[in-house]
Amino acid sequence: MGIFPLALDGLIGHSGTLLVYLLIGFAFGYVLEMAGFGYAPKLAGQFYLTDMTVLKVMFGGIIVAMVLVFAATGLGLLDYNLIWVNPTYLWPGIVGGLIMGVGFIVGGLCPGTSLVALATFKIDGLFYVLGVFFGIFLFGETVDNFSIFWNSSYLGRLTLMDVFHLDAGVVVLLVVLMALGMFAGAELLEKVFGERNLRIEPKARFAGAAVMIALALAVLAIGQPSTEDRWAAVSQAKTAALTERQVQIQPGEVLHLMHEHDLTLVLLDVRSESDYNLFHLADARRITPEALPELLPEFRLEPATTVFLVMSNDETAATTIWKTMVAESVMNAYIVEGGINGWLDAFGAGDDRITPTAAGGDDELRYAFASALGESYPASFPDPQKFELTYDERVKLELKRGPAGKGCG
Amino acid sequence: MTATMQAHPGPRPGFWTRLQSRPAKPYTHPYFAGALLGLVLFASFFLTGNGLGASGGLNRMIVYVEDLVAPEHVDRVPYLINLAGGDRNPLDDWVVLVAVGAVLGGFASGWRNGRLKLETAKGPRISTRTRWVMAFAGGTIMGFGARFARGCTSGQALSGGAVLSAGSWVLMFAIFGSAYGLAYFIRRLWL
Repeated sequence: MGIFPLALDGLIGHSGTLLVYLLIGFAFGYVLEMAGFGYAPKLAGQFYLTDMTVLKVMFGGIIVAMVLVFAATGLGLLDYNLIWVNPTYLWPGIVGGLIMGVGFIVGGLCPGTSLVALATFKIDGLFYVLGVFFGIFLFGETVDNFSIFWNSSYLGRLTLMDVFHLDAGVVVLLVVLMALGMFAGAELLEKVFGERNLRIEPKARFAGAAVMIALALAVLAIGQPSTEDRWAAVSQAKTAALTERQVQIQPGEVLHLMHEHDLTLVLLDVRSESDYNLFHLADARRITPEALPELLPEFRLEPATTVFLVMSNDETAATTIWKTMVAESVMNAYIVEGGINGWLDAFGAGDDRITPTAAGGDDELRYAFASALGESYPASFPDPQKFELTYDERVKLELKRGPAGKGCG
Repeated sequence: MTATMQAHPGPRPGFWTRLQSRPAKPYTHPYFAGALLGLVLFASFFLTGNGLGASGGLNRMIVYVEDLVAPEHVDRVPYLINLAGGDRNPLDDWVVLVAVGAVLGGFASGWRNGRLKLETAKGPRISTRTRWVMAFAGGTIMGFGARFARGCTSGQALSGGAVLSAGSWVLMFAIFGSAYGLAYFIRRLWL
């Protein structure tokens, strides 16, 4: 599953985490300036085919980082599930990109490079940064007028693998090859339009290209972990937790959590639609195993104060879903001990519309209902003052790993 | 150096002059710089889970100022509430630190490489004043577009591109497409 990214706040405290980001930013700005990106005419040269530095640095950065990310994930060091992959808002992204292109060629800079220009005393950099502030301010003031469009065409955490139905390793290799092809084309354009002497270019770049292809092939060969691989990486610890009943939450604790204001409780009911319609816990959401993969990215973005409780009639189906959630890096996932049957054993007495039936098979509902009231039964949201249940406290909030905010926003 | 200059060396130039007179070193080769950038980006994802970013940092800075000046307004606009509503501190976010760090890092490299220079970088055919106006205009358009796209070349194209976000790749091509499309018509700015 990968121990990276780290739970920085827990390891080095909030100030320590901010310092890490400051250092990362420092390295970022330093490299940009080294490449000459504080100098707008050089950046603009990209669009006149005379100086293709922007393309080389940007795509060079992309393929190096990409190969390393997917290699680290394939080796089980990094958890791709927990790194920030920009969600796709297709049309706002396209429109925003078109607008940004205008800003880029008119001003000769972008937000990151304008900071570097400013840092090296470029007055045009200062004006550009002030412009960026102004443009952002204008956006904030006007976005309500087009917020429907701005929030449209949301496709979630969509990757190129999803779009082309290709494995990550294949996409990585294709992207590397495309980038190298673009570099070759760029060099030719620079020679033609920029009168660049290709003979004095470092020969090492061919070795570098070969290395990138080799690394991409290695990534392809290593492959990416499947859900089964991910479960296997944690199965020893997690299976022990299951057998020792550490992740099954007793009805009394569930009731306590339902009334706890410091955390967000997400109740996931994995039973059939008919069982769910008869009776379910208040605010419980019904999910199917088929729908689960699409929901995982949403679950992973929840803060560290969100607790997931999975339930079925007994525990079997819930446990299967729980295993997948845990393998796929969802934090704070637990199982309702005894399931709905156990819940109704604890809270169903006294309601004569709910009658116990003969014990059925595993994970079958042991109760009959006068009518399908869903969550309108009192037992859906029991009154904590009426029930004094003892329980072992088992929910322990985990430290948050992965993107702290909602990406670059 | 002539004998006259040696006899009368004159007063030592001031700190800021000296700062900007360091000999300029050549830029790092693009492929090497790209590889370094890739390492920094990877390190960021590996350690923190976040990529790089810039416009988000600037976004939060301006929202911070707005919150100081007009907090009731911030509490009424949905886009702004998420960032600074109530007593939320918009500056307490990773991307702000990355943006501040980038300024420091840019300065450090500029200093080391002798490229600190109070000047206006511009194309040969336009005046300094025109360049300032165009820089401000370009920044405004870029700032607006960056929030529209939920990230700029650093946060979307570079970072999102590296982790294969489909939207980021589409966006990246849109940026390059429109810049190339417009370049010929405003070539007087740069050529």
